[in-house]
Amino acid sequence: MSILVVADHHNSELTPVTANVVAAAKEIGGDIHLLVAGENCQAAAEAAAKLEGVSKVLVADNAAYGHQLAENVAALLAEIGKDYSHLLTGATAVGKNVFPRAAALLDVDQISEIISVESADTFQRPIYAGNAIATVQSEDAVKVITVRGTSFDPVAETGSAEIEALDKATDAGLSSHVSEELAASDRPELTAAGVVVSGGRGVGSEEGFDIIYKLADKLGGAVGASRAAVDAGYVPNDLQVGQTGKIVAPQLYIAAGISGAIQHLAGMKDSKVIVAINKDEEAPIFQVADYGLVADLFEAVPELEGKL
Amino acid sequence: MKVLVPVKRVVDYNVKVRVKADQSDVDLANVKMSMNPFCEIAVEEAVRLKEKGVASEIVAVTIGPKTAQEQLRTAMALGADRSILIETDEKVDSLTAAKLLAKVVEEEEPQVVMMGKQSIDTDNNQTPQMLAALAGFAQATFASEVTIDGDKAQVKREIDGGLQTIEVKLPAVISADLRLNEPRYAKLPNIMKAKKKPLDSKTPADYGVEVASKLKTLKVEPPAERSAGIKVGSVDELVDKLKNEAKVV
Repeated sequence: MSILVVADHHNSELTPVTANVVAAAKEIGGDIHLLVAGENCQAAAEAAAKLEGVSKVLVADNAAYGHQLAENVAALLAEIGKDYSHLLTGATAVGKNVFPRAAALLDVDQISEIISVESADTFQRPIYAGNAIATVQSEDAVKVITVRGTSFDPVAETGSAEIEALDKATDAGLSSHVSEELAASDRPELTAAGVVVSGGRGVGSEEGFDIIYKLADKLGGAVGASRAAVDAGYVPNDLQVGQTGKIVAPQLYIAAGISGAIQHLAGMKDSKVIVAINKDEEAPIFQVADYGLVADLFEAVPELEGKL
Repeated sequence: MKVLVPVKRVVDYNVKVRVKADQSDVDLANVKMSMNPFCEIAVEEAVRLKEKGVASEIVAVTIGPKTAQEQLRTAMALGADRSILIETDEKVDSLTAAKLLAKVVEEEEPQVVMMGKQSIDTDNNQTPQMLAALAGFAQATFASEVTIDGDKAQVKREIDGGLQTIEVKLPAVISADLRLNEPRYAKLPNIMKAKKKPLDSKTPADYGVEVASKLKTLKVEPPAERSAGIKVGSVDELVDKLKNEAKVV
C-alpha cells in the first residue's frame, strides 16, 4: 500500500498544511510519496523532502502546471494516481478544486475534509456545517481524500527523501491563468496561526477593524472575520472564517462583535480557548465561548490590548 | 446560449440539525427544506446572464425525491424556463450525481453549467468539478465574478490569500461562491407563472445510471460538546483568566 500526498505550495514555498496532510498519511500507514506539481517549484520540492515520513518526492515541473489549473493537474493525478491506494491533499482552495476532478477521472468518490483516520478505509468528516460527524467507509480501489489540516499535528522537518523528476506534461488547453490579486499581509497565515482575533458586523466599519488588527499584532496572531464583515466590505474575503471560508483551530480565538451563526461556528469551534466580546448577552457565541465578556468592543478591545 | 443550472433540495440553512438516536443519520423528519443557498446564487447568475442577453434559455435540473419539485418551481419562479427532475429516493453521492448530470449535459448541450460550489448538508464541494471532468469541460470553481465573451468566460475565483482570474473555454462548468451576487426573491405573480412552466420527470434508469455508492456511512454522531464557559465581569478578569487559568497568553 502506498500513498501519494499532493503538496500545496506557491512554487517557491511549501504551505504549512502539507506537513499536516503527511501526518494524516502516516496514520493510514504505508510508503508515502509526495507530488509537487508546478512551475519552477524546486524550492517547494526541497522543503517537501524534509518532511518526516516521506520516502520520495516526485516533481512535475512544467509550465502546464504553473498555476495548478485543475484540468492539467487532475489529468496528471488520474494518470499516476492509479498506482496508489490513497491520494491525499489539504482541503485548500487548490486541493478542493483539483481533487474531485481527479477522482471523477479515476471513477471513484472523494472523501472531503477528513478530521480523523479510523483505519485505512474508514474516516471521519464533519457534515451539516460541523453539526454532525459522519464515519464513512470507502470500498473504492483508490481513496481520494482531502484533509482538514487543523485536525492533524504537522510532522517534523527531519526527513531527507530522494527527489525524482517526473517527466510528464499535459496541457488540456481548456483554461489559462490571467491574473492574481493577493492580499498583502505580514501577519501569520490564518489557518496556521496560534492566535486568531476576529471581527464581525459589530465592528461597524473598515476603520473600526484597526483595533482588531492592533490586538492581533499584540498577540502575534492573525485576523479573521465573519461573513457579515466581509460582505460589508470591512475586510477582504480571504479573512472569512466559517463553513464557506477558512477553518481554523488556534490556541486562542477572540471573537469581537460576532453573533455566532452556525456557519461561523463551523469554522472555529475546535479552537482550544474561545473568548467572546459582545454587547448582546443573548448572542449565540456565548454558548461556545470559554470566556465571555458582555461589553462594548470599542472599549473592551483597546483595553484588552493595553493590558496584555 | 443555453445555461443548465443544477439545484439541490437541502435542510434550510437556519435549522440546527439533530442526529438520530440510532446514529444512522441526522433527523430530517418535519424539518424545513429549501434550495441550497449556493444554488440560489447560481440561479441568480443564470437569470442575470439572460437579462444581459447572453443566455437564451435556462434549464434547471435536480436529483432527489418527488418533493424536490418545490425547488425546481422556485428556480422557475426566479427565471428558469423549464426544468428536469431526476427522481430517486436513494441517497445520491457526488460521483453518481455528476454522472447523471453529465447525461443531461449530453442531451441538452448547454454552453455553461452554473452551479453552487457546495451543498450545506454534505459539505462535499465535489459535484461541479466531477461533472466538468466527466463532460470533458473546463471548470471555474468558487466564482465571484463571471464575464462571458463569445466562446470564452473570464472568471474571478476566490482562492486562499485573495482572488485569481482565469479564462476558460466554453462549454464550461462554473461553480458559484457566496460573493458572486445577491439572489433575488421570487415574486408572487412569478410563483404563479412558474406552476405552468414545463417540468420533465425522469428516473436515473432513463439515463442508464445506477444509483450505487462505494462510500458507506457507518454512523453519524453529534460533535463533541464544549464544556460550558463562564462570563467575566471586566477586561482585568479576562486577562487574569487568559494568563493564569487558560495559560494561552
